[in-house]
Amino acid sequence: MLDISKIREQFPILKRKVNEQDLIYFDNGATTQKPKSVIEAESNYYQNENSNVHRGVHFLSGLATDKFEATRNTIQNFINAKHSHEIIFTKGTTDSINIVASGYRTLLNKGDEIIISELEHHSNIVPWQMCCEQSGATLKVIPLLDNGSLDMIAFENLLSENTKLVAVSHISNTLGTINPIEEIIEKAQAVGAKVMIDGAQAAAHIPINMQSLGADFYCFSAHKLYGPTGVGVLYGKEDALNELPPYQGGGEMIKEVSFKKTTYACLPHKFEAGTPNIAGVVAFKAAIEFITGLGLSNIAKYEEELLQYATEEVLKIEGLKIYGTAENKSGIISFNISELHPYDIGMIVDKMGIAIRTGHHCTQPIMERFNIPGTARISLAVYNTKDEIDVCIKAIKKAKMMLS
Amino acid sequence: MSTIQKIQAEIVEDFGMFDDWMQKYEYLIDLGNDLAPIKEQYKTEDNLIKGCQSRVWLHAEHSQGKIIFTADSDAIMTKGIVAILINVLSNQAPKDIATAKLDFINEIGLKDQLSPTRANGLVSMIKKMKLYAIAFNN
Repeated sequence: MLDISKIREQFPILKRKVNEQDLIYFDNGATTQKPKSVIEAESNYYQNENSNVHRGVHFLSGLATDKFEATRNTIQNFINAKHSHEIIFTKGTTDSINIVASGYRTLLNKGDEIIISELEHHSNIVPWQMCCEQSGATLKVIPLLDNGSLDMIAFENLLSENTKLVAVSHISNTLGTINPIEEIIEKAQAVGAKVMIDGAQAAAHIPINMQSLGADFYCFSAHKLYGPTGVGVLYGKEDALNELPPYQGGGEMIKEVSFKKTTYACLPHKFEAGTPNIAGVVAFKAAIEFITGLGLSNIAKYEEELLQYATEEVLKIEGLKIYGTAENKSGIISFNISELHPYDIGMIVDKMGIAIRTGHHCTQPIMERFNIPGTARISLAVYNTKDEIDVCIKAIKKAKMMLS
Repeated sequence: MSTIQKIQAEIVEDFGMFDDWMQKYEYLIDLGNDLAPIKEQYKTEDNLIKGCQSRVWLHAEHSQGKIIFTADSDAIMTKGIVAILINVLSNQAPKDIATAKLDFINEIGLKDQLSPTRANGLVSMIKKMKLYAIAFNN
């Protein structure tokens, strides 16, 4: 059992007021708040450890490099990757996806096909559209069922020997659907396709295990995982990463440079050109330790309990409809109330100190699928409580009263 | 005092009566509900200002040296602010609209609703109203 009040004490921001009310933060799908250990690690890095990595022979450079690489090892263990060089540090999930999509521009040809799904975040749609434009490959889309889960029969029909890559999210940021990625990976790899999983909404909420999952690529961001912004991970199987051409040229990513021919460094440095966000990477370790300290399965269990409670309670509001009712769901509730505009609801509950998200959540195809302008979204994290859900529901009811 | 400034002063006075945000928001909702409807034929793609959060339609007509604006929004709070902007800038001479300083926005405490980061279409709406004024003035 997790002691939630003890967990909350670790998050300084949860003590602040917003519009003279206690902050209730339900926008965790966008970014989570940071525990003291993460904030202190970042600050301590600049106060005591700052230097550039992998370059100097001096003491501080060695220290910074050790710290930087220690995070890589921590992440390797966290996601059970086979090798630490399969962990590439990026700016975030979007950056990770772009590294893969950009590489595939040269690996694909006309007649090749990429499969994504209708519930993807724009950052797992647009890079593939760009990839297709330049390579001549075709983009195919797995449609959604009414409950917000993927139409797996349609997926199987889309698969063929032309399928070269399947890119789907682990968890939908709008609908909360946990996609059956094990099945997707197995079926896609059976036709010889590679699979990239966008794990931005998953990594802080459910255990992930690269070796048992078998995905060729898996991406996630530190900031949705109680860590700093501007840091992310591209995991790739050694073979898959070796096959991928480098993304950016620069320092660190080379073996030898001459004007005749430049050769590239080995993994992971091949994809880490330039000075990285060292402080962020160092603090990322503290975020992972925060999560592993609590235990991801404990987190998943608690968030499941919160989700169930919140779902039951919001459904008591007359006229409220939840978008995304798949059987297998993570702590995300997207809803609309009758004809009310989600923006109006968001603005009113904000005045009561409650942060929810409104809009299309960078998933316009989902909005089109359900023919709505947007939704209001509650997304949960481990520091949220049932009391907060009660206050939020009261606020939503008040908004409804004011607006109808 | 120009007409536009006078109207602004009245709005500031109206909002001064409210003690808390709830009264203010309720007033905005009322203003939104009372806004004269835009003609359906003007709710076109061309007249649409797409915000990330809410959408605004704005139509302008030049008549007898003045510009008549009509507008709408799909979110009622946005529509309330649209109504205020129409109240201030519609039925005024192009030159006055183009040079109008909209100080009242700060004074009634709705500045953050009119910040570019809100993405509710209102900032673009003001810009578009001013562009119409400049175009009609020439």
